[in-house]
Amino acid sequence: MNLTLRIWRQPNADAEGQMVTYQVADVSGDMSFLEMLDILNEDLILRGEEPVAFDHDCREGICGACGMVINGQAHGPERTTTCQLHMRHFSDGDVIDIEPWRAGAFPVVKDLVVDRSAFDRIIQAGGYITAPTGTAPDAHAVPVPKPDADSAFENATCIGCGACVAACPNGSAMLFTSAKINHLNVLPQGQPERESRVLNMITTMDEAGFGGCTNTGECAAACPKGIPLVSIAKMNREFLRATRKAGR
Amino acid sequence: MSNTVGSYTVGDDIVDTKAPSGPVEDRWDKRRFGAKLVNPANRRKHRVIVVGTGLAGGSAGATLAEQGYHVIQFCYQDSPRRAHSVAAQGGINAAKNYRNDGDSIYRLFYDTVKGGDFRSRESNVYRLAQVSVEIIDQCVAQGVPFAREYGGLLDNRSFGGVQVSRTFYARGQTGQQLLLGAYQALERQIDAGNIEMHPRTEMLDLIVVDGRARGIVARDLITGEISTYLADAVVLASGGYGNTFYLSTNAKGSNATAIWRAHKRGAHFANPCYTQIHPTCIPRSGEHQSKLTLMSESLRNDGRIWVPKKKGDTRPPDQIPEDERDYYLERVYPSYGNLVPRDVASRAAKNVCDEGRGVGPGGLGVYLDFADAIKRMGRDKVAEKYGNLFEMYERITAEDPYQVPMRIYPAIHYTMGGLWVDYDLQSTIPGMFVIGEANFSDHGANRLGASALMQGLADGYFVLPATINDYLARGGFDPVSPDDPVVTATVGEVQDRIKRLLAVDGDRTVDSFHRELGMLVWDECGMSRNAEGLRRALKRIPELREEFWQRVKVPGTGFELNQSLEKANRVADFLELAELMCLDALHREESCGGHFREESQTDDGEAKRDDERFGYVAAWEYTGVGEPPVLHKENLDFEYVHPTLRSYA
Repeated sequence: MNLTLRIWRQPNADAEGQMVTYQVADVSGDMSFLEMLDILNEDLILRGEEPVAFDHDCREGICGACGMVINGQAHGPERTTTCQLHMRHFSDGDVIDIEPWRAGAFPVVKDLVVDRSAFDRIIQAGGYITAPTGTAPDAHAVPVPKPDADSAFENATCIGCGACVAACPNGSAMLFTSAKINHLNVLPQGQPERESRVLNMITTMDEAGFGGCTNTGECAAACPKGIPLVSIAKMNREFLRATRKAGR
Repeated sequence: MSNTVGSYTVGDDIVDTKAPSGPVEDRWDKRRFGAKLVNPANRRKHRVIVVGTGLAGGSAGATLAEQGYHVIQFCYQDSPRRAHSVAAQGGINAAKNYRNDGDSIYRLFYDTVKGGDFRSRESNVYRLAQVSVEIIDQCVAQGVPFAREYGGLLDNRSFGGVQVSRTFYARGQTGQQLLLGAYQALERQIDAGNIEMHPRTEMLDLIVVDGRARGIVARDLITGEISTYLADAVVLASGGYGNTFYLSTNAKGSNATAIWRAHKRGAHFANPCYTQIHPTCIPRSGEHQSKLTLMSESLRNDGRIWVPKKKGDTRPPDQIPEDERDYYLERVYPSYGNLVPRDVASRAAKNVCDEGRGVGPGGLGVYLDFADAIKRMGRDKVAEKYGNLFEMYERITAEDPYQVPMRIYPAIHYTMGGLWVDYDLQSTIPGMFVIGEANFSDHGANRLGASALMQGLADGYFVLPATINDYLARGGFDPVSPDDPVVTATVGEVQDRIKRLLAVDGDRTVDSFHRELGMLVWDECGMSRNAEGLRRALKRIPELREEFWQRVKVPGTGFELNQSLEKANRVADFLELAELMCLDALHREESCGGHFREESQTDDGEAKRDDERFGYVAAWEYTGVGEPPVLHKENLDFEYVHPTLRSYA
């Protein structure tokens, strides 16, 4: 199929960006969206133009690196990562708009590449269990009820891609942050730092410039790993619990 | 000599001087006790560089920082959480014997030595099995959500053809969950100020002063700035070199630059021809393909593998009657059937495709058929067991594996070769340690399922943090000035190389070279090799390299985010490494592990190992691009697990 792409081009963080139109020909339905961009880039290089910069790595839907807004939707029309979106979901002659994640806390680095380091700072604020190496008790010493383990796992599947932030009209990181808090707070190992974790992570999230949550639900709809909206409600409850316990 | 294809010289034998003698089960304790310690108050004075943030690098960085060292860490991704360990699916082995099925440290040790086809070290493998037990404890304490049973205890499964259930798993995302555990520990130490983390920064060279590793040269991938980082020791945890083949299951950015440039500064490269071929990968769909995706090996438990009996049979699978199908694994290996080890299954698939009986586009695929399983267990049961894999397959191929058989083909998955290290995980350059997939030490010629995650974490959490002290405690670290002539010379070489790449301005893209190299190495140095093909590759690779430096086109400048330049830098290294891989494969005139040397086979076409002539590690010393390297042999002794022929008939 032949496609018209309108892609956000921005040479660097300080430059002004604009949508630029490109044509790609002979796109096969078996190509992933990123392979289609590879073809465009090969073509641009040979024509002496700058290829489009985009983040990608594992191309199996698990590293969370790739991310772009396709026709207004984070990761495009299918609920998956961009690397696992295949061109068979498009038709010959389509015009496709491709933009970077848009959020105040994710500044554009170049073209479709954004800076998501704010996510790492949120984790630094408490998204871990303090467990020094080499001193752990036997793994069977602390049983974890299966429903708790399953719930922890569901939340732990977050790949940190940032689609939730990009999809949210407020640019909120509540879904990301809640996933980590719910992963760790439900486990017995996570109890000692349960309160400080949620307080510190939410404070850091706010400081990073992410917006608040207004229950729009776009985040959960865009999440390629299916982290549910209820995750945010659970985090809010943890937050309330911790605030009261801290006597705030 | 230098213009003779496949030439090398033989140097002195190499010996691992750090492995203690005595009973294998006491060696690690002995070494740990014998190693010098660094006083906790003195640790902060030592700076240690860690390159890579996967399971090995992430766990090492977190542990060293926790011990009090000042860690300077690097990854090329935008966040340490994206290192390629994240993609491992299956699980991690540990000799916990939680199932009471007769597992033990000794049995894990035995299985691993045998699985590696007697090309790994007994001391290292025993230690790996020993430490495996502690890894699970550590990960559980960190909150890694392993699968659990209703009683709240950990679940296990069997994996990779072993006869006990010792594999711990977190659905099909074990790698991700283990990596997040290490990443979170790392982020905690970053917050505490113990780690200076440099994401989107790539190591481009090693700084060796007075014979010791004292720092690295790195490029900030956003600004293009070249900087030097100086330290008392350097740890490489930069992963394997499977992307030499272009198409592999590795992440696109996985590269060999850190280890290759360290090799050029004096680190020996061991067993470069050892690459693991995984049998159950989704076949490529066309020229555009950028990478391969693995399907879990567990599918072979219930799927039946077949191809049409007739060559060039293009009928859809449901129109090929039973008696015109060849269930070749069941036919040739009746007792193991579809569950033969990875190397045997891979080679058999290649053979039937080479005969012209492959299926799907290009004829490079075999059927993995679940029709019988669906008939036997019912669709729901199959969906329960393999549902997520079936979905993944359908997403990629647009075929429903409940209706039509899956198509699979072998692919490059993991590299067992890597930089040579001693028992302390130190390379031949003092002060440079190499851990995880980047080193060569534990897997031999083949790697069993669920053992890569184990090795990465063993090295990072437990082994390196214990052995590096010994090096640091011995001291003698005179400060290196940033203006030291060695430092400025190394930086100069890095800058010149980048300038050269940008100046070529030719007419071929980096990817076109990478694809051509990959195809060549796959054809001649893949799962089946012979001397003639390897000589062909050894003749062609230098030509291709020459052409690369004449015709490559890298747009943009060095002072910005330039992904073409990043790729060009890495492919330039693959073009050199591939030559060593082929040379190593040429000199090893035996079949072993997944490396089938056509000249060395039994009467019935099975791989024939030659312990008499090749029971050693091949450690190669660099002498110059295209120059004959020096081969150093490390003899392998087996005191406990005696080499036997592997047979699966």
